Amino acid sequence: MKQFRKMVYPYLLWSTVVIAVPMLLILLYAFTAGGNSVSKFMFSFKNFHRFLTDKTFLEVLYRSLRIAIETTIVCVLLGYPAAYIIAKYSEKVKMRWVLIITLPTWINMLVRTYAWTGILQEDGVINNILGIFGIGPVAFMYTDFAVILGMVYNFLPFMIIQIYTSLTKMDYSLIEAASDLGANPRKCFTKVTLPLSMPGVISGITLVFLPSVSSFCIPRMLGGGSYVMVGTIIESQFLTAGDWNFGSAISLIMAVIIMISMYITKKVDKGEKLEAINA
Amino acid sequence: MSKKKKKIGSGIFMALMVLFLYAPIIYTIVFSFNEGKSLTNFTGFSLKWYSKMFANKTMMEALFYTIACAILATAISTVVGTITAIGLSKSRKAVRGIVEQLNQLPIMNPEIVTAIGLLMLFSALHVEKGFFTMLIAHIMFCIPYVILSVMPKLRTLNPNIAEAAMDLGATPWQALTKVIVPQCMPGIISGALIAFTMSFDDFVISYFVTGNGVSNISILVYTESRRVNPSINALSTLIVVIITISLILVNVIPTIASKKEAKLAQDKDI
Repeated sequence: MKQFRKMVYPYLLWSTVVIAVPMLLILLYAFTAGGNSVSKFMFSFKNFHRFLTDKTFLEVLYRSLRIAIETTIVCVLLGYPAAYIIAKYSEKVKMRWVLIITLPTWINMLVRTYAWTGILQEDGVINNILGIFGIGPVAFMYTDFAVILGMVYNFLPFMIIQIYTSLTKMDYSLIEAASDLGANPRKCFTKVTLPLSMPGVISGITLVFLPSVSSFCIPRMLGGGSYVMVGTIIESQFLTAGDWNFGSAISLIMAVIIMISMYITKKVDKGEKLEAINA
Repeated sequence: MSKKKKKIGSGIFMALMVLFLYAPIIYTIVFSFNEGKSLTNFTGFSLKWYSKMFANKTMMEALFYTIACAILATAISTVVGTITAIGLSKSRKAVRGIVEQLNQLPIMNPEIVTAIGLLMLFSALHVEKGFFTMLIAHIMFCIPYVILSVMPKLRTLNPNIAEAAMDLGATPWQALTKVIVPQCMPGIISGALIAFTMSFDDFVISYFVTGNGVSNISILVYTESRRVNPSINALSTLIVVIITISLILVNVIPTIASKKEAKLAQDKDI
């Protein structure tokens, strides 16, 4: 069967060119100065220096992280109960609910985000309903609220499905055992169900945090032109400002921050597991 | 009593969840039939935004490019991904490790990082931005998903069957097409489905690597969303309809086919 080994080589070549080389280009651009042409590069830390000393950029970084963390928290708070409720349904109903939750994600993200711009307008549906009760009109558009709402809307299904999967994989006899041994339902949940579903929550967090911290179309569409996040800065560096060196440096900083937060999330998860074992 | 209350509570929660997930989609569909230009006041039923959409050359072009790119990217990445996965299953651990690590990069990296990397690659190679670069980019991010969905299937296969086929005189090509590929067909099909939807829905990467007037639906919606244009609602509705129909087809056709088979088998028995 060794003759089949050769079948990997074309892809190996292809992936080197279109996957590895672009990453190396980002590194190269990030650590150099001297314009967008490859030929006249000079090694420098200028781009990182510029990002880390300029207060506006640090504020943008802080805002992106804050928005992404808030989005993730809202997704866990809404997603966990939803996943828990679905997991308790009968087998047939479960499948139907999984379909209901995942169906919207098949529809183009831009299309679904665009729909919110009409709903959240000052004379939109929500403000019309609020108007009946004499409230408003509230300016929803172009606020943190609109951006977080857009992100939660787009990424919540991933969280629900991840938690749901880990809840259904769980061994239910453990809960029975806990309650037989005298644990009340609350204790059963906090000591058995919750720790056992943690892997699902962790992968859900990864799937929500990663796209929200780097998103640029949701903040542009719901936050407006002056709403700046890390993703929108990178976009403007590449497509309007034309400073690829600086743009690469920002992407590199973002990638490193994401990697660190993933590492911490995984560590926390492991730590909790150890604690559970020790207890 | 408390159990009943809990049931009502969870029912309300799930109803609100459905409302949250589906309200924007329904809103778009409703306002695509709006007579006026407003996205907030429904003034009357009309199909004028649909006729405007079909008359709009950029929109029709974007629709064409999106579908053409999705079909080509799916076909190419499914074939290449399957071939690579089969090769990987017979490869040494080191080679497999390298390819798996490379594949992780576009999956784990934020899309925007992959996008700017490709943008700089195309510029370094002096490739002009357009449909071709978009297609290359889509093939690039689709193949890892195809490999990921074919690999688990391959791992469960019995390698002796292909060996036996070759011992009995099959050429390696025959062993491949008549034995290995049919056995991992479910994985290949799900890989192709993932590839198609990923390509069809892609925005970030396409946005960075395309140019010269070539755009897909996502890019069009993004650039048009800055001004009020209800034709976008019509286009969105069209997409919702296309996606829903294809999802139904994907889900229903296998069940109909299996039912028909069962019926045929029954008829034969009689």
